[in-house]
Amino acid sequence: MKGSFILEGAARLLLPWLVALSLVTFYRGHHLPGGGFIGGLLAASGFALIALGAGEGAARRALRVDPVGLMTCGLTVALVAALAGLFRGGGLLAGLWLPVWSLPLIGDVHLGTPMLFDFGVYLTVAGFALQVIFSLLEDAA
Amino acid sequence: MSDATIIFLQLVIPVAGAVVCLATGRAPRVQRVCGVLGSIAALMAAVLLVARVDDAGVLAAQASGWAAPYGITLVADRLAAGMVLVAALVGLATAVYGLRDVTDGRLPWTFYPLLHFLLLGVQGAFLTGDLFNLYVWFEVMLVASFVLLTLGNGRAQLEGALKYVVLNILASALFLVGAGMLYGKLGTLNMADIAIKLQDPSEVALLHTSGILLLAAFGLKAGIFPLFFWLPASYHTPRVAVSAVFAGLLTKVGVYALIRGYTLFLSGTFEDLRSLLIWTAVATMVVGVLGAAAHFEVRRILSFHIVSQIGYMVLGLALMTPLALAGAVFYIGHHIIVKTNLFFVGGIIEEMRGSGELGRLGGLYRNHPWLAVLFFVPAFSLGGIPPLSGFWAKLAIVEAGLEAEAWVATAFALGVGILTLFSMTKIWMEAFWKADPRGEEAAARTGARKPLAPLVLPAAAFATITVVIGLAGGEMFAYAMRAADQLMDNAIYIRTVLGGLEGGVP
Amino acid sequence: MNLVLALCIGILFTAGIVCLLQRCMMRLVVGLILLGQAANLIVFTGAGLTSGEPALVAEGAKVPPPGAADALPQAMVLTAIVIGFGLTVFALTLLNRARETSGHDDLDAFSETDRI
Repeated sequence: MKGSFILEGAARLLLPWLVALSLVTFYRGHHLPGGGFIGGLLAASGFALIALGAGEGAARRALRVDPVGLMTCGLTVALVAALAGLFRGGGLLAGLWLPVWSLPLIGDVHLGTPMLFDFGVYLTVAGFALQVIFSLLEDAA
Repeated sequence: MSDATIIFLQLVIPVAGAVVCLATGRAPRVQRVCGVLGSIAALMAAVLLVARVDDAGVLAAQASGWAAPYGITLVADRLAAGMVLVAALVGLATAVYGLRDVTDGRLPWTFYPLLHFLLLGVQGAFLTGDLFNLYVWFEVMLVASFVLLTLGNGRAQLEGALKYVVLNILASALFLVGAGMLYGKLGTLNMADIAIKLQDPSEVALLHTSGILLLAAFGLKAGIFPLFFWLPASYHTPRVAVSAVFAGLLTKVGVYALIRGYTLFLSGTFEDLRSLLIWTAVATMVVGVLGAAAHFEVRRILSFHIVSQIGYMVLGLALMTPLALAGAVFYIGHHIIVKTNLFFVGGIIEEMRGSGELGRLGGLYRNHPWLAVLFFVPAFSLGGIPPLSGFWAKLAIVEAGLEAEAWVATAFALGVGILTLFSMTKIWMEAFWKADPRGEEAAARTGARKPLAPLVLPAAAFATITVVIGLAGGEMFAYAMRAADQLMDNAIYIRTVLGGLEGGVP
Repeated sequence: MNLVLALCIGILFTAGIVCLLQRCMMRLVVGLILLGQAANLIVFTGAGLTSGEPALVAEGAKVPPPGAADALPQAMVLTAIVIGFGLTVFALTLLNRARETSGHDDLDAFSETDRI
């Protein structure tokens, strides 16, 4: 299936911005609206646009990794983050935080296992959404 | 190892198993080994849980240490722990049975990750102490089962999956509405907390709407009359390994939810619904067994028997005496083992003869007496022949029915038992006893073309378990009685969950 | 607002059930989606509506301001939407495959598995 030339060009321009936006959304999600799920969907939407514009083959090439591989990585990251709390005695999913430090422009940085878990969600959701979209487009072709 | 860790392990192992199986998808041999090893680890963890719970009574674990009713609570009482153990057993048997189908390329590599996800959903549903989490675990189980059901894409398979998917999504919507309304009224979804709030009788009247919605949702998953139509339409269509694990576990999760509901968070509405439940149970038994009588294909007959047997379990719940509940608990355990095994054997028959139609089968006893033994044990256990496990299960339900003076329901239970036996005899006569319709020569030529070991091993193991349960019925039934005592008196459950007590209370 | 949402839920349920009862496969999917949305709305409104008071903890505070909306139904409805999204996507794929295999989208023709 071949989409339109304009959509393809626009999608290629938009892709880096959408991925960047998805990472920002993911990062601010711990204290403000946002988070891994919505971030993952945003990232997936960037590749989905390419798939609609230039076909799912082109989108797979742009993604470079297999969506299922993305899901696997995401699940592994989430599982490790969930287990970390268990080994430190706080129970499954218990949050462990690094000390807060500051960066110019971004401000205070909170890093910890809940964030890591959320990153796992980000990868899993992006992988799942893309896997579904790609296989639907493959069927339609 | 702390009690909480043991409970978390039941969920962590399936996730880890699924992740490893996903990651090793490109190396099929490694994946198969990992798939089986994961199930073995899950089984060991489950044994640990049962041993600990039987000692301690009820164990509770709060994810990330948030106290109930605000956190994610996992609870293991004797019923939940027993179910976890049986589910892990079925998981291992299916993982071994699936080896053959996956090596042949008839099941894709996604089988093992999905099997572990399915088990994750099942174990989560057994262990959760929160109504909304129960919904989430149901959905985990459902999504995994959707994909498993459609592996292969045959026409009948798609059609069966269509009915399964649509009706189960509908049940999910009902569940969600019921849970949402319940939260609106009580402001909590922790099962123990709901039970406390409902001790005030003025709250109970408000509960009926959500109670009935939840009954419909659980009932549809369990396959009770008149909500069972998706079951016989879909269970005979997928690969055998898939339909065996479905037949064993999925409907029983619905029954488990009903038992948990009417002994805990819906217990206030039980008295008003008792007669409805009894008659539903009777109708489920009768319709299921009559449906089985009308069919002439092995897996279709077995599917209708799932429905019919669910009726016995619901009857045990509806009678609500310690003996009846123990009977229901014992029945669930026995039925999971026996029904999974029957599907295994049905699969071996299909594998050897290329069909499960009774008209095209025959002469199996003459050519493969070992297969006849493998079929005989679970089939006649299902029919309730002593001393196999099904006899004790039926005996307990019937005895409880007589004690509760539910004469009509008990009479139906006995009658359906006879019809079940008739149905099993039908398969026996047609598939095993009568002469092979293709003639002697053809019969002698076919047989095991390839090694059947992965198929026969789990079936033989389950047949052994059936005999052992039958012979050691007293031990097993004592455990079921202890589980039923906990169900009848939910105070310990509530205290363990809400009291924030470390460890269990005996 | 409560009344409007109650009416919405009612309309969604009605429309969903009407669609589910049609023979056309596409309407079946639409019906399932509508029913899912109706269920989500019920969960969302379950604990009552609070407008303009998000359950966000202010900078430096430990608890949300008094009178803030109940955050739990929002969390639940988010989960339910996510799950509903997955289920809908799967149902769509499945119906699409079923239609391609059978070559039509009349649900009444799918009676093979009920045959005796």
